[in-house]
Amino acid sequence: MNKPILNVKNLTMSFGGLKALDDVSISIEKGQIAALIGPNGAGKTTFFNCITGIYEPTKGVVEITPPGKNTQSLRGLKPNYVTERGIARTFQNIRLFHGMTVLENVMIGRHCRLSSGIIKAMLQPPSQKNEEQKAVTDSYEILEKIGLEKYVNDMAVNLPYGAQRRLEIARALATDPFLLLLDEPAAGMNPQETKELDDLILWLRDNENLTILLIEHDMKLVMSLSDWIHVVDYGKKIAEGTPEDIKANSDVIKAYLGDESDDA
Amino acid sequence: MAIKNQIKQSLIIAFWFMILTFPIMVIKVNTIRHTIDFRWANLVGVGIVTFFASMTWNYFLRRNEDQKKKEMDDDIPLIHRLLQNDRFRRPFLGVVAAFFLAYPFVFPMYHTSIMISALVYVMLGLGLNIVVGLAGLLDLGYVAFYAVGAYAYALLNLHFGLSFWVVLPISALLGTFFGVMLGYPVLRLRGDYLAIVTLGFGEIIRIVLENWDSFSNGPRGIGDIPAPTFFGHQFNQENTMVYIYFIVIGLVLMTIFFVNRLENSKIGRAWIALRDDEIACQAMGIDKFKTKLTAFALGATWAAMGGVVFAAKTSYINPMSFTIWESITILCVVVIGGMGSAIGVIAGALVLILLPEYLRAVSEYRMLVFGALQVIVMVFKPDGLIKSVRKVYTFNVQEKAIHEQTNT
Amino acid sequence: MRWINIALGVAVAGIICFFAVRELLIDPMYFFELFLGGLTRGSIYALIALGYTMVYGIIQLINFAHGEIYMIGAMTALIVASVLGMWGWNTAVIVILAFVFAIVYSCAYGFTVEKIAYKPLRNAPRLSALISAIGMSLFLQNYVMLAQTPEYLPFKSLIPDFKFWEPFAHIITSVEITIIVTTVIVMILLGILIKFTRIGKAMRATAQDKVMSALLGINVNNVISATFVVGSATAAIGGVLIACHVGQINFFIGFLAGLKAFIAAVLGGIGSIPGAVLGSLVLGISESYFTGYFYSEYEDVFAFTILVIILIFRPSGILGRHDAQKV
Repeated sequence: MNKPILNVKNLTMSFGGLKALDDVSISIEKGQIAALIGPNGAGKTTFFNCITGIYEPTKGVVEITPPGKNTQSLRGLKPNYVTERGIARTFQNIRLFHGMTVLENVMIGRHCRLSSGIIKAMLQPPSQKNEEQKAVTDSYEILEKIGLEKYVNDMAVNLPYGAQRRLEIARALATDPFLLLLDEPAAGMNPQETKELDDLILWLRDNENLTILLIEHDMKLVMSLSDWIHVVDYGKKIAEGTPEDIKANSDVIKAYLGDESDDA
Repeated sequence: MAIKNQIKQSLIIAFWFMILTFPIMVIKVNTIRHTIDFRWANLVGVGIVTFFASMTWNYFLRRNEDQKKKEMDDDIPLIHRLLQNDRFRRPFLGVVAAFFLAYPFVFPMYHTSIMISALVYVMLGLGLNIVVGLAGLLDLGYVAFYAVGAYAYALLNLHFGLSFWVVLPISALLGTFFGVMLGYPVLRLRGDYLAIVTLGFGEIIRIVLENWDSFSNGPRGIGDIPAPTFFGHQFNQENTMVYIYFIVIGLVLMTIFFVNRLENSKIGRAWIALRDDEIACQAMGIDKFKTKLTAFALGATWAAMGGVVFAAKTSYINPMSFTIWESITILCVVVIGGMGSAIGVIAGALVLILLPEYLRAVSEYRMLVFGALQVIVMVFKPDGLIKSVRKVYTFNVQEKAIHEQTNT
Repeated sequence: MRWINIALGVAVAGIICFFAVRELLIDPMYFFELFLGGLTRGSIYALIALGYTMVYGIIQLINFAHGEIYMIGAMTALIVASVLGMWGWNTAVIVILAFVFAIVYSCAYGFTVEKIAYKPLRNAPRLSALISAIGMSLFLQNYVMLAQTPEYLPFKSLIPDFKFWEPFAHIITSVEITIIVTTVIVMILLGILIKFTRIGKAMRATAQDKVMSALLGINVNNVISATFVVGSATAAIGGVLIACHVGQINFFIGFLAGLKAFIAAVLGGIGSIPGAVLGSLVLGISESYFTGYFYSEYEDVFAFTILVIILIFRPSGILGRHDAQKV
């Protein structure tokens, strides 16, 4: 079982003439906390979108090997099928369901793990009731883990900013992923919140058996958290390695020159 | 100072509208008698009305802005707060039930008939609320499914002699079927295109009904549609009305019952998620297309059932009952009542349908007011008269949901 | 999937060509007449479709009330022409004034509608703006119906039968040729406006990126207003011309004309001005042949069918660009 949990080879994504990603290969091992960094507009979010099926890549291979399962390709799958196969994500610009409570937001994450259809929802046989009950309990448990249980019945939009970001993680967690993609989870957080996020991510890896890939501009966070860092610039991958390697890498320093991004 | 500026601004606006509406409001040409009628009184009226309208408009616009800053999102409509209160809920529901039970016996047949129409709109509104309010799909051709139901009853009865009770479930299935058939090609489209295409489908069904003589009897319509029977017993005219009234009450209760369950189920949450954010919704593992299709088809199911009741009540249908205006009226019921809010839709249907019926003098202004209300509601109160409130779950220390309170 | 689409397209095109050639050989005169009829129809669609496509390009909203602006243009022209006619003014002056008033009033209505129904909703969900637009359309229709009349009003053609056109008048009337020529002139003027003037450049910039344009000192609100005004003006011209052509108008003409023009705009690729013109001509001509050779009572069904087919197979239209959604 030495196959990487996520294996992306030669990924290229062009919009018209513009190559947002050019021949990017990244692989992530089970249990890793990996980071994807690079200046603004380098193609990091596009990379997430290609993996999660929001874009269909122009070229390249996207393969996953879920723990205990066979390798399968994700290319061309619709986003909901990607999620069903165990990859969950958060969004850079928070995309919560504003017409719903916090608990319901998490319950949406349970959606693909529930089986009751319309007829069952209308007639509510015991099996449906139990399943619904369990979804509520499970979702509440997730909120407790993430530390949001006090907001359970609040509308999602009314949460403080940092809590909204955490709720996005809770919602992603509810889909039972093995791989979690976090798109700038610390953006807009104050140092205290960032510290808590740092702990949360480590806790997720250790207690929930998750592999995590995050995009982040906060270099302090990235350097302290990550086992492995991938750097992209102008759609091309320019380096990868441990935090120490990356700090010393001249290409990376060049890419970031004039953009001391660790205050992002 | 500020007030002075506002008055000045409103005066300018009033003046602008006086010029703007001059040709259409003031001049009336009689081309047959070759006379021109100048209705100067209208000009003064427009001036005064727009002046005050502009003042109120600006006042509310400013108030809305202030509120947004204060994040006043938490206010729960009075009716919901009252319904959550157990002491109030029982008596309230009791009074409502008593009112609707006694209604046909207290009021003469004419009023019962009007109430039936209003209740049919409650049904249609609740059905469309699934599509527009919950799933966020703007369906402007909803009347097409209403027509499917009405014609299904008329034709199946005419050719095969099927009774109301047999046709009701058949037409519900037919509605679902048509919903899937129409939804399948168009639901992949972006939201605003969907509005136009459904509008088109609504019109197509009407045009086909008007022109396909051998099938639908064209514009002459179909008459002599029998009223529903009670285990084979046919009531006299007055009792039939009462009977239909209770059938509609039953159907409305059934609709409320099912819609409420759907709303707080896996599929209902998926609809709302889809309305709020399609991309995040897909990223949560929800099949966008399938979810939209279920909403569309379920909406169609209720429209078709409403159509059967309509045909049974009027005993005569023709394509003119299924114009775009009908779709727009149902949409108004949902939008003005409160998108996604069942109580709002019920209140909206009763107010919007009953008021114009009783205020005959102003009933020709109905559509004008509906149009204006749509704009006003969207600008100032996008949640409608009574906004929707989500279900509240309570937990004890063992993190178990022991008690669920429903507020819809 | 792709080659199936292409094969299907080729097959359909083949069948259409076959019938076209056959009909052309059987009765070339009729074929040609239908073509010119379609061209006229398409020109009118183009004048209205421009408003849809420009507004959509700039604020991504289907302006449902646009058909009503067109109707108000025709109505204003009718009222002005009737009043001046009864006062016994010179015909040429009446024609000019009717056009001028129609255009000015349509612009004013377009401007006002935007300020009331769309501007407060610019940052609201799209569904809200769309519902507001439908409400506005409903309001304007009923306003004209109540203030004027629900009946059809006879519209005396403002365009005389030109003397010099008599030899050709049996193929295409002077009204029709006026419609086509006017449309061409309007298109050229509009092209100049968009390409070379300050406001035209501002419009193109705003359509591409509202925030960036605002940062560069473009007053986005003014540009949006200008777009509504320009679109309303062309719609008014269309309204007056079609009223001359058909000979009667009522409060409801905007509904169907607006829908057809919208279909044309989508057909050509919404947001694209040449697309709107091309789509209008294609829709007008194909409708003309359909009603001429098949069922005239299913004319509107045909238009909607085209819309659905286009949206399913090529949602970006003939000339539209395909743009990816932003996440």
